[in-house]
Amino acid sequence: MRRPTFAWGVLLLPLPVVFLALMVGRYPISPGEVWAALTGGEVAEVVRALVLRIRLPRVGAAALVGANLAVAGAVYQGVFRNPLVEGRLLGVSSGAGLGAALAFLLYRQPVVVQAFAFTGGIAGVALTSLLGWAFGAGVLVLVIAGVLVDSFLSAVLGIVKYAADPLGTLPAITYWLLGGLSGVRAPDLLPLGIASAIGLSFFLLFRWRVNLLTLADQEAEALGVRVRVTRFLVVGMGTLLVASAVSVSGIVSWVGLLVPHAARAVVGPDYARLLPAAAGVGAALVVVLDTVARTALTAEIPLGVLTGLLGAPLFLVLFLRFLRERGGWR
Amino acid sequence: MTLRTKDLVYAYVPGRPVLRRVSLDLRSRETTFLLGPNGSGKTTFLDCAGGLRAPGEGEVLLEDHPLASFSARQRARLVGYVPQFHEPPFNFTAWEVVLMGRAPYVRWLSQPSARDRAAAAEALTALSLEGFRDRPYYTLSGGERRLVLVARGLAQGAAFLLLDEPDAHLDPANQHRVLRAVQEVVAKGLGAGVSSHSPNNALLYADRVALFSSGEILATGVPSAVVTPPLLERAYGIPFVAVGDGNGPRAVLPSLT
Repeated sequence: MRRPTFAWGVLLLPLPVVFLALMVGRYPISPGEVWAALTGGEVAEVVRALVLRIRLPRVGAAALVGANLAVAGAVYQGVFRNPLVEGRLLGVSSGAGLGAALAFLLYRQPVVVQAFAFTGGIAGVALTSLLGWAFGAGVLVLVIAGVLVDSFLSAVLGIVKYAADPLGTLPAITYWLLGGLSGVRAPDLLPLGIASAIGLSFFLLFRWRVNLLTLADQEAEALGVRVRVTRFLVVGMGTLLVASAVSVSGIVSWVGLLVPHAARAVVGPDYARLLPAAAGVGAALVVVLDTVARTALTAEIPLGVLTGLLGAPLFLVLFLRFLRERGGWR
Repeated sequence: MTLRTKDLVYAYVPGRPVLRRVSLDLRSRETTFLLGPNGSGKTTFLDCAGGLRAPGEGEVLLEDHPLASFSARQRARLVGYVPQFHEPPFNFTAWEVVLMGRAPYVRWLSQPSARDRAAAAEALTALSLEGFRDRPYYTLSGGERRLVLVARGLAQGAAFLLLDEPDAHLDPANQHRVLRAVQEVVAKGLGAGVSSHSPNNALLYADRVALFSSGEILATGVPSAVVTPPLLERAYGIPFVAVGDGNGPRAVLPSLT
């Protein structure tokens, strides 16, 4: 069974999807008009504004969020040698949620919310890593530290929600936590774009060596890998991807868990091919889902709710397949 | 070349050393078997000799250079390690597993080169595994998996290979395949250190044997001189008899009482 080598082709998958997404909306736009708006051709000013100022930032954010979550999820599954984890394992989402909630409580400005969420996410993982490092930096220790930090930060988030104004701030926090891209405007893309550029290009270059982190620590050491340093660098880059995504989109579940498996089913587990494929599939998927979220009903469906509705049944299928492959639960 | 260990002391728990002043030389073109009961220090010795654990006292020298003075990457180009188990979380193919052996040659932000691929292909060929190239690791039998790991060690291009119980949990035919493969790469110039629980395999495949007991080496020498009932009884604590055909022992068995 030789695996196909079109992983790089998958990386192009988001392009047509993005183009279609730009056409769809409450005000449908023809392909010609979208093309004209994108390339600076002749088109009505209102259409150009709609495509470039309203839809493109949102669709672009969706693509980056999808790529980031998928790549980070794939990497985390390797680093933690567990096919059933994703990038939120180490407390990034509870940290980001707490940061966002504090920002709503104190400032209520979107830019501040994004900055606080990003900082909170990084701080959550930093706390986990600190605990993990103190207890020897093993994989299992990190996971346990992640559970601790996640649970603790969620409790603190509970306090913030309890203290929040139930008519103004609390709904804002709740809606943010549900996840969605409806509030995205062009300036929000800048920090997300920079973080994604750093994280995604790092993993694009480093991708083959992620394979080595799936080995037992001693095996990897014997192959000359400095396991602890490498693991923390890779987890750090993954956290950058997830925190920047979550700070814009709120909590979008399942993408980071399921997309890597979909990509693996097509190109195999070798990270040299897996990471480009996961990035392409993740970006395309979230663009599609976000387009559904903003067009299916007259009211916006929270993106996180949509991924949750689709994710749980897909996860069941995946889990049954996993059991069959391993011949049962070990 | 010689991978020399001098007066190694190692303790997992302070005050209870599992290695007590162990000195042993592994040489190129030689298969050295490490025998001894569970907990006698064989695996810890391999870890220290491979640079994966820093001994509390004593030193490991490659020729005359302390192994600890090499970077992890340089060390991995000199001493390879074949673990007893390898349980990847994903179903990598044999080829992908073997290619990972090239890790010490692939720079940080780059991918395996044509040379790395050639070396991995050569390692597969050396162990007659070409047909398994694209087989997922989980579909391989125990013996085939062990051979793939030996191939990965070979792809590493090291001068010494340390193998942790490569004959454990294998049927006799597969034990033979794996240890014969080790013999063949040793004949081409490598040095091998093999820990094992089978004195009979030592008689069949070793050039030299070191017999461990309670963190010390009881005896070192050619198999026929070390794998003898009196020495084995001192190491394992039960009586043995040797079965032979006049040219020295062919096998040893626990003597029934």
